Amino acid sequence: MIKRIAGAGLMLLSAHASADSPASFMVRYAQAAGVAVTALSPARGEALYRGEHPGKNGTAQSCASCHTASPKQAGQTRVGKRIEPLAPAANPQRFTDAAKVEKWFRRNCTDVLARECSAQEKGDFIAWLNQLK
Amino acid sequence: MNYVLRGIGVLATVGTLSLLAFSLPSGGEARGDGGGDDLMPRLTHNNWQQECASCHLAYSPALLPQSSWRRVMGGLEQHFGENASLDPATQADILRFLEANAADSGRSRIGDKVMQRMDKKAAPLRITETRWFVKQHDEVSRATWARKSVGSAANCAACHRQAEKGIFDEDTVRIPK
Repeated sequence: MIKRIAGAGLMLLSAHASADSPASFMVRYAQAAGVAVTALSPARGEALYRGEHPGKNGTAQSCASCHTASPKQAGQTRVGKRIEPLAPAANPQRFTDAAKVEKWFRRNCTDVLARECSAQEKGDFIAWLNQLK
Repeated sequence: MNYVLRGIGVLATVGTLSLLAFSLPSGGEARGDGGGDDLMPRLTHNNWQQECASCHLAYSPALLPQSSWRRVMGGLEQHFGENASLDPATQADILRFLEANAADSGRSRIGDKVMQRMDKKAAPLRITETRWFVKQHDEVSRATWARKSVGSAANCAACHRQAEKGIFDEDTVRIPK
């Protein structure tokens, strides 16, 4: 009995892990925003990435401040640690783990935009990154 | 008769004590720091390594007291100017680990040294503010700290090239230009 429950749990876990992909996140965020996946906009996603906002010490900041102008390149945290590329084309690990994706949107949107990002924004963002070759 | 009994007693006591002494691992190993003065305790902890090290080196818990770690982990929404918030379960798990191995946990030689130089009531937020850190780095000039290649005193690995492995001895130091 216990074995069967544990087995079912494992299957659920692995099914869950393998289900997450950039495309599945786009579907999820589009649904949460109440729009069709096809209504997600790579152009708005790119604008979000490059948009500059007042930073802590008077300098402008954007996603690109740490992730560099090209999300296919590795970036750097403020204390110099490497950040693996954001674009799935350069880093297949991206957008494969829901907890991680939500954690970093929560942290980085509040840091850069001083607010959380909407589901629409998250969907647009991934739509842009996912079509980079 | 009496002497014989006493003799047996003494032998038994000495025997037990020496057995105890030999069965305990030598100081360094027992405390997980491998014995070297500049070695960080060798520790593994999934959440600590995953979460803390996604932005910076997973700084050794032995470099700050428990009171400091409670302050750090209680303020992750504003972690040195960045939002480093975690879900409550992960946060609590990491704090337990940090407290268990903190400078004042008595579990590492390097922690003892950090505490020797610290005010009892102090709970610094930055490792770089501890007297131990300042003393260890007193030969590094302000100009060197300010180099772009160093970036920040939080960037241990800029000079301690094997910092990620917990190796901080002077032989492995290369200050970048």
